[in-house]
Amino acid sequence: MSAEPKTGAPLAVLLPFKIETTRLSAPRLAPVHAALFGAGLALLAGTAWAQSGAAQLSPLEVIVKWAPLLLSGFVFNILISMVAMALGTAAGLGLGLAMLAQNPLLSRVAWALTQFFRNAPWLVLLFFVMFLVPFQVTIFGVRIPLPDWAKATVGFSLPVMANVAEIVRGAVRSVPSTQWEAADSLAFTPRQIMWRIILPQCVKRMLPPWMNLYALVAMATVQASIVGVSEMLTLTAQVHTAEGGRPELFAPLYGFALLCFFLYCYPIDRFTARLERRFQIR
Amino acid sequence: MAAPTTSPAAWTPDQPIVQLIDVHKSFGSFEVLKGVSFDVKKGEVICIIGPSGSGKSTLIRCINALVPVSSGTIRVENIEVADPKLDKLALRRKVGMVFQQYNLFPHKTALQNVMMAPVHVLGQDKREVEQRARALLQKVRLAGKENSYPGELSGGQQQRVAIARSLAMRPDVMLFDEVTAALDPETVKEVLVTIRELAEEGMTCLLVTHEMNFARDVADHIYFTDRGVIVEHGPPATFFTAASDPRTREFLSQVL
Repeated sequence: MSAEPKTGAPLAVLLPFKIETTRLSAPRLAPVHAALFGAGLALLAGTAWAQSGAAQLSPLEVIVKWAPLLLSGFVFNILISMVAMALGTAAGLGLGLAMLAQNPLLSRVAWALTQFFRNAPWLVLLFFVMFLVPFQVTIFGVRIPLPDWAKATVGFSLPVMANVAEIVRGAVRSVPSTQWEAADSLAFTPRQIMWRIILPQCVKRMLPPWMNLYALVAMATVQASIVGVSEMLTLTAQVHTAEGGRPELFAPLYGFALLCFFLYCYPIDRFTARLERRFQIR
Repeated sequence: MAAPTTSPAAWTPDQPIVQLIDVHKSFGSFEVLKGVSFDVKKGEVICIIGPSGSGKSTLIRCINALVPVSSGTIRVENIEVADPKLDKLALRRKVGMVFQQYNLFPHKTALQNVMMAPVHVLGQDKREVEQRARALLQKVRLAGKENSYPGELSGGQQQRVAIARSLAMRPDVMLFDEVTAALDPETVKEVLVTIRELAEEGMTCLLVTHEMNFARDVADHIYFTDRGVIVEHGPPATFFTAASDPRTREFLSQVL
């Protein structure tokens, strides 16, 4: 220790290893960016209108005029996404647990179902449900109509189910087996161990991928327009037609739809990222 | 060491509380235990020592049926552990276990960790269990840490919570599987003090351990295992000074 430099500074090799946390190079988006994005759209719309001239409504006026209708369509998108997510999560939890079951037949069947629905295009699943499920069912003489949007919701819940099942399975598997051992030695039954000890620990691990999945579902709901559900994209196309199908309205109208989805999904994405960071630390 | 051939209908305290007769255990083609027999009397402290991979942990896990035996008999009081119709709840109420890695439930506080099994497994009254749990945490010197999560406690503190959690089931026998092996030297002591107090209160304890000084001070009987068999055993006084088997002597010369 006598060889220590007189400055008193420790040798460089003795310095504690410090991990510098660097921000990802992608710039973070703030509300101001969304405002800029909107302003850009308005500008685009404005120039398009200036070129068309004459007594028609400006693109901005068109959007303002139809906004209530378009937004009601957007609310419908959100509704479909939420119901599909709820159904898919409930079914996916069951399917995920079935994959982990002791019974080899049950776990095989659950595994096959999961793989099938996870690796099928969402749009194909949607068509599948739309055309295979009747428009109404009769149960005990009671006729229950099945509107298109309800069928579409079920169609979206199928891929959600398979993805949630995979999330559940992965999270349960990631809990160390020693937790099972400890609970086992305290005389908990397998069912108690799963519901009281393993799954509660999984919630934290499952939440970020689950929210990611939700954002994907919300964005995928526009595919319902292809099968005729009156959601935002369908309404946007109808508004465009109603306004005479002017080409200069394309960008503003669809830009408005983009903006709505962006403003809805981006905060979810940020929140998910924040949760992921927080859970990493603990 | 006379082995009764029939299962005793009722257990009396003069009989061994834990009895192993010719226990074999194989994982695939690898035989971990090659015929282990010993008796533990009520209130005794047994230390099992031996080189890594000699089957110590497997042995202790067989006693509470975490690992099923391949052949042989294990009896805890009057429960036949190897019986296919084993009542696991009855066995695990009698036998508590503490692990090397503590294995506390990370989503529950210290107090909740201690309370969970009596409340949910035994269905005991929550308020009564809470009183007992608080007393147990105090006993392991963790008063004031009731509401801490395992992640906020040191290794030694977590291990003492794990001991309290096990004691909350009011077991008659405690199994300790290398419970100090994952701790740093300063905290080893606090855990050993807790175990020693338990032993002094008359708890039957089986420990797999590498703490030779602890074994010498606290154990009533020491078993040395190597390659799946008990090579040598005896009370500490003779075991540490007059080991006759060359394998035991070699091991002791390395660890002492």
